[in-house]
Amino acid sequence: MAGSIRLEIVTPEKTVVSEDVQIVMAPGVVGEFGVLIGHTPFLTALKTGVVRYSDIQGGEHMVFVSGGFAEALPQKVTILAESAERRRDIDAERARAALERAQKRLAEQRSKEEFDFIRAQAALQRALIRLRIAENRSLH
Amino acid sequence: MATLKDIKNKISAVKKTKQITKAMNMVAASKLRSSQANMEGFRPYARKFAEVLGSLAERAGEGASPLLVPKPDVKRIHLVLCTSDRGLCGGFNTNLTEKAEAFMKEKAGSGIEFSFTAFGRKGRNWCRKVKTPIVSEHIGIMGTAVKFNEAATPGRKLVQGFLEGAYDEVYVVYAEFLSMAKQVPVLKKLLPIPPIEKAETDSGSLDQGYLPEHICEPSAAELLGEMLPRNVFVQLYSALLETSASEHAARMLAMNNATKACNDMMANLTLVYNKARQAAITAELMDIVGGAEALKG
Repeated sequence: MAGSIRLEIVTPEKTVVSEDVQIVMAPGVVGEFGVLIGHTPFLTALKTGVVRYSDIQGGEHMVFVSGGFAEALPQKVTILAESAERRRDIDAERARAALERAQKRLAEQRSKEEFDFIRAQAALQRALIRLRIAENRSLH
Repeated sequence: MATLKDIKNKISAVKKTKQITKAMNMVAASKLRSSQANMEGFRPYARKFAEVLGSLAERAGEGASPLLVPKPDVKRIHLVLCTSDRGLCGGFNTNLTEKAEAFMKEKAGSGIEFSFTAFGRKGRNWCRKVKTPIVSEHIGIMGTAVKFNEAATPGRKLVQGFLEGAYDEVYVVYAEFLSMAKQVPVLKKLLPIPPIEKAETDSGSLDQGYLPEHICEPSAAELLGEMLPRNVFVQLYSALLETSASEHAARMLAMNNATKACNDMMANLTLVYNKARQAAITAELMDIVGGAEALKG
């Protein structure tokens, strides 16, 4: 391994991740991308999704992010997200409840205001991704 | 004339008040600590956000987003008033509402319509009193651990309102937390977004390779368009955090003063009580001596 890169995942409420990692994979709006040390300065918006990284010992981690931006610099990756949760911080119960709520809302108001529909869809997506991370037991 | 018993009752009443103010002081102190921790937690995000936004704004140039463009004819102003839910914090809320009132007076006369978004019960009540329309009110979140969502949701409405032309300008009135002893009411323009200055870059060693010429996905202008509304949420969130911390600091100070005033009052009352007691004893003695003298004669 050529060296480690600093990863910081920051939300308005707290710093979720701040550690040295080998590689970071993040869901950019234009496509998923990976960052290793020495990356060209790069700035992108992120989709709601999963940021994956492997720490120095090679352990795989997944972090849920939504509403975010990522900035990659040669030595450092900063992810600014409206919300970000490590796998152990995800409340699976809550996500499941949110999933059901969103499904119900989508079934009910297919014809109603478009804005609400989009919101429910976004909620559904967030819940699904959270659950996907929470149920993957091979990760940290 | 107050009897001995009256004074004694008064002393015990003051003592009970003091217990309450002292407890409130300590509660405010512990809440202040958690509010300050929230502010600390927000700082890295705010700093990075300003840095990225600054470098983007520089590249995208002027007029890149309708949120940056001032309206030619300002007729409708929207004020976001951040206050506390509860009282007993000195002049805290009055200072904030006075700031809003002064601003309205300054702008009044040119046929401007005002509307409000109220954070905190005290501000909401004030808006009702001055009979200005309240577009939305948020009660029960000030002074607690404010979530980012609680700023983002109303923030989104503000941005929408501005774009649709419901408001020509949006301001926020909040209490800036300068220190434990000093909180200043501040009026800040949220929309249109004032020209963004390039923020100073983080001087941390890891950021030394900072180059402004990032590759951007999508383009710099599109990214800026994404980030600008969020800038409103960030500003609003920071205002809410500052106001919450300021509220607790103001209450701490007010309760500290109240406790001191209770001590003074108790000292004075005890003095009065002792004097009255002494006077009563002297009077009694005089009676006895007088009686004895009379018997002798």
